[in-house]
Amino acid sequence: MYARALKPLALATAAVSALAFTMIFFWAPLDADQGFIQKIFYLHVPMAIVALLGFLAAGVMAALHLRTRDRRWDIRSYVAVHLSIILAVGVLVTGSIWAKASWGHWWVWSEPVLVSFLITFLLYAVYQPLRFSIDDPGRQARYASVFAIAGAAFTVLNFVAVRMADAYTHPRVFSQTGGNMPPRMFVTFVVALAAMALVFATLWTLELGSKSASERLRRARRRRERDADRAELAGAGGERPRAGAHADHSPAAAGTATASR
Amino acid sequence: MPALPLETAGKYVAAAYVVFLALVLVYVAIIARKVGRLERELSELEETDAEHER
Repeated sequence: MYARALKPLALATAAVSALAFTMIFFWAPLDADQGFIQKIFYLHVPMAIVALLGFLAAGVMAALHLRTRDRRWDIRSYVAVHLSIILAVGVLVTGSIWAKASWGHWWVWSEPVLVSFLITFLLYAVYQPLRFSIDDPGRQARYASVFAIAGAAFTVLNFVAVRMADAYTHPRVFSQTGGNMPPRMFVTFVVALAAMALVFATLWTLELGSKSASERLRRARRRRERDADRAELAGAGGERPRAGAHADHSPAAAGTATASR
Repeated sequence: MPALPLETAGKYVAAAYVVFLALVLVYVAIIARKVGRLERELSELEETDAEHER
């Protein structure tokens, strides 16, 4: 399932990313105030938006898991959180680089956008230790889902609270009255955002494919072990173990091979 | 602060893009290693199946 979607997604990601890079460096005008350093904006802001949307999507998937009890939604939510955390690291690092270049400091504690993003990141940094500290798979999935839903609600609250804050040292590009970018910059930003969303979707599909293949392999192994035990028991009862008992599972294993590719 | 000259700004911009690229590449490398391990395990499983059939 995931293997089939991966190829077109990866191709689309490569094409849109190439277009975005070309537009960023050869088409978008230089910012009159910040100059060349503003090119970081096309990377930093889309990454932040996609990371926050990833946290929200993880919350929705977690809610679907609790509603349907389908473990696949939990895995999807887990991968979305995982990827968003990685993007959040990128946001913090690129934000620091941009801050140093334009404000002269690596970090500004009085800036609500920076600090609120750091708090969101630290909150989600707890997700993995919490998840893997629970052995029982069912409980692990339920607790992780509750965390993801609470985290998503916190992300929304955090965003709203920061928008309502008074200090505006952070560059505010989009306002309620509309953006204040020249059209070329805006189009470049939209393409960069699309590229970042595609990167997220591709990596999400890639990791889900690997997780699904690993799960199928584990299940095939378990089934094989069970059949071997049964064959042994039948052998002890005077019946000869069937060689085909193992061969029966090759289709499952073959299916795993397809998914892992 | 006034805009930085291109030589200085270029280093910061390059650093930011390299960080992003490195994050994506490390992530893909980790997943590729996992998939490689899965394929190895799968071929082991297939080999033992073939032995049992024989």
